[in-house]
Amino acid sequence: MKINQIFSIFSSLAACTIIMLYSCKPKSPATVSTGDAASKVYVAPGQYDEFYNFISGGFNGQMSVVGLPSGRGFKILPVFSVHPENGYGYTEESKPMLMTSHGFVPWDDLHHIALSTTRGEHDGRWAFGNANNTPRVARVDLGTFKTVEILEIPNSGGNHSSPFITENTEYFVASSRFSVPIGEDNQRDVPINTYKENFKGTVSFIKVAPEGDMSIAFQLVTPGVNFDLARAGKGPSHGWFFFSCYNTEQAYSLLEVNASQRDKDFIMAVNWKKAEELIAQGKGKKVKARYAHNKHDEHTHMATSTILEEVLQLDPKELEGIVYFIPCPKSPHGCDVDPSGEYIVGSGKLAAMIPVFSFTKLMQAIQNKDFEGEYDGLPVVRYESALHGVVEKPGLGPLHTEFDGRGNAYTSFFVSSEIVKWDIKTLQVLDRVPTYYSVGHLMIPGGPTAKPHGKYVVGYNKITKDRYLPTGPELCHTAQLYDISGDKMKLLLDFPTIGEPHYAEAIPAALLKDKSVKFYKIEENKHPYAVKSEKDSRVERKGNQIHVYMTSIRSHFGPDNIEGVRVGDEVYFHVTNLEQDWDVPHGFAIKGANTAELLIMPGETQTLKWVPNRVGVFPFYCTDFCSALHQEMQGYLRVSPANSNIPLKFTLDK
Amino acid sequence: MKTKIIVITIVCIFSMSFWMCKNPQSQEAAVTVSEAGPGQSSVQDDQSEKNVVQIASESPDHTTLVAAVKAAGLVDVLVNAGPFTVFAPVNKAFDQLPAGTVESLLKPENKRQLQDILEYHVFVGVISEDMVTDGRVLNQVNLKNVTLGNKDGKLTVNDANIIGSVKASNGVIHVIDKVLLPQ
Repeated sequence: MKINQIFSIFSSLAACTIIMLYSCKPKSPATVSTGDAASKVYVAPGQYDEFYNFISGGFNGQMSVVGLPSGRGFKILPVFSVHPENGYGYTEESKPMLMTSHGFVPWDDLHHIALSTTRGEHDGRWAFGNANNTPRVARVDLGTFKTVEILEIPNSGGNHSSPFITENTEYFVASSRFSVPIGEDNQRDVPINTYKENFKGTVSFIKVAPEGDMSIAFQLVTPGVNFDLARAGKGPSHGWFFFSCYNTEQAYSLLEVNASQRDKDFIMAVNWKKAEELIAQGKGKKVKARYAHNKHDEHTHMATSTILEEVLQLDPKELEGIVYFIPCPKSPHGCDVDPSGEYIVGSGKLAAMIPVFSFTKLMQAIQNKDFEGEYDGLPVVRYESALHGVVEKPGLGPLHTEFDGRGNAYTSFFVSSEIVKWDIKTLQVLDRVPTYYSVGHLMIPGGPTAKPHGKYVVGYNKITKDRYLPTGPELCHTAQLYDISGDKMKLLLDFPTIGEPHYAEAIPAALLKDKSVKFYKIEENKHPYAVKSEKDSRVERKGNQIHVYMTSIRSHFGPDNIEGVRVGDEVYFHVTNLEQDWDVPHGFAIKGANTAELLIMPGETQTLKWVPNRVGVFPFYCTDFCSALHQEMQGYLRVSPANSNIPLKFTLDK
Repeated sequence: MKTKIIVITIVCIFSMSFWMCKNPQSQEAAVTVSEAGPGQSSVQDDQSEKNVVQIASESPDHTTLVAAVKAAGLVDVLVNAGPFTVFAPVNKAFDQLPAGTVESLLKPENKRQLQDILEYHVFVGVISEDMVTDGRVLNQVNLKNVTLGNKDGKLTVNDANIIGSVKASNGVIHVIDKVLLPQ
């Protein structure tokens, strides 16, 4: 065949491709979601959404709370980043929440959310989040929607593989994306090219006490690989934890090329019950460490930060039976366990296939010592022996998998921009829908639990481009809601998100809405500077410190005229909101403050520190529209020279 | 010959319309259905740097490759953020294949095979010209390896010569004189 003939064929082919593209044109995204889609996401005014969706904010260090199916945003919930909107990280009470062994860290990168579970199902107590940059984990109270505890993770770099959770919230994990040299100073100051000898990964198991207190139960010291994501076993596999690992090449430069040399990396299987057994026998080694543990007290309304100095480490090379590697093709990203606990899905992000492992087969292989070798002294199970099967050519760039509880898995594909539904047992592809564009994580309400709700899947996309009205170079990230109640996935809704969503979870509204806290009881307020009635409001001087014991109630502050403050004084406004009513916060701000406002919930006390640097009279006011006379809610503070003798004076209505 | 082309066209129209417009349930539904609605390739943007598909589409030497990429349903894939290193055989490279190879590959029933070959030309990651070191192995999208060569500045991939390189917004294109066939 001659060249021009080939061209003719190609031209014909190209022509018919174009014809077909146009003939299929009615399925544009706009029309894909017509029909009854609008009614399926319409939540009538005054009605409630069916699910709360907790979405990680990625580089904004926060979580956002969104309703499903409407996609309406309810709240930005600050966790690892300061939030001037409500003073988080600026008030004297909340600053300790962001303390670390590195000092005050006002920002982080929150990637994943885990909701607490009991018997494998959501119990509505807490949401956990991870800080990727300065390794930390956080606990958010789902009654107050407030970050109440943050624990720093020592001996870690890039806490990405976190905070995935066991079925009774016995533990959640924090594992290192970046291996680093650990130990004493002389062990940590090493040339980077000694990576193979000196760099270690760590996997911390964080115990959650019944009242919520978090502590590092133990830390596994592992070969220097990159841990990516993880899931706990459930049902029959309860007692095990599975972690995806990439960069088993142990590259430390140009990972783009050098960390994708091997055909297979690993899923690391950890028998944490075995680890518990060995610890009970006195195994493991307590090593020196330095990390912060920060807790918020709901009664004092204050956080405290404590530095801890010890962590229990286990070396799985010395303690057999804790760690096994399962080969998994090409830099696995997602590592997801199905609701039955039998199947473990690895998603090699560079592999055009999805391997599915069987827990039963894995246990047999381990029992029979069916190993294909060792990796850094740890046993590697034979790939075929643990493999249930492979989803062949499902798409390009598989990242994450969720489950609907009806035997189906849903995998997101970044490179081919789609969500693919497949049958876990038969491994057959059942359906696929495009995403707009380049989906990262996906989420089914209850998807990681033993009992998914299986009604919707939400894709959280990485690329937005032309999906919304443009807003300059930086665009919001899009989420897309699909109905998965039938055989075919149906696109129902696009909605914008805050920050960069990575993983998210959703929980039935019924589990949370009735226990949502409406206000803090003033009689339970144990803040040392609280004033529980206006007549006790006052101002006290202690050296150069001025403590204003201030009250706020509709629609005035007590006191609202203050004199006798001098330039250079440290003024602490301790403002107690005396309201005992739902949805009546008061704000507080004063001119020139080098910090954010206070946003004080009813019954709460919050403190703003202010150091005047000039004389004058400074207005302060309530920043939250609290009442019809909100605009009257104001006061004045007079500042005199540093050497002035003007006596301290505070008044209201005088 | 003309008759043959017409037949191919007709067959292609029928089979593609069947494939493209039906519900993508069957296992033949291949790698992507982004054709089912306009995907990322439909984004209107004539200001940003061009992506690998836009660059290849404007090259008169790559009409065969571009047609093949379209036939394989990989257009929306290759306009993705990537980044990609695309080894782009010129038209003449396709002409060197045994007679009938290209025709056969373009048959809808051989779509998987066509995808496999095209995916063998793509690496996820950017290997610019100065990173083409002798003996460097790249694992391509189809999971098979290619080996780069650099002998006194003469750059190769497997047995193909790299005869030029173009930077794209989402990666780099190395123009090559032979089609890479996965072994």
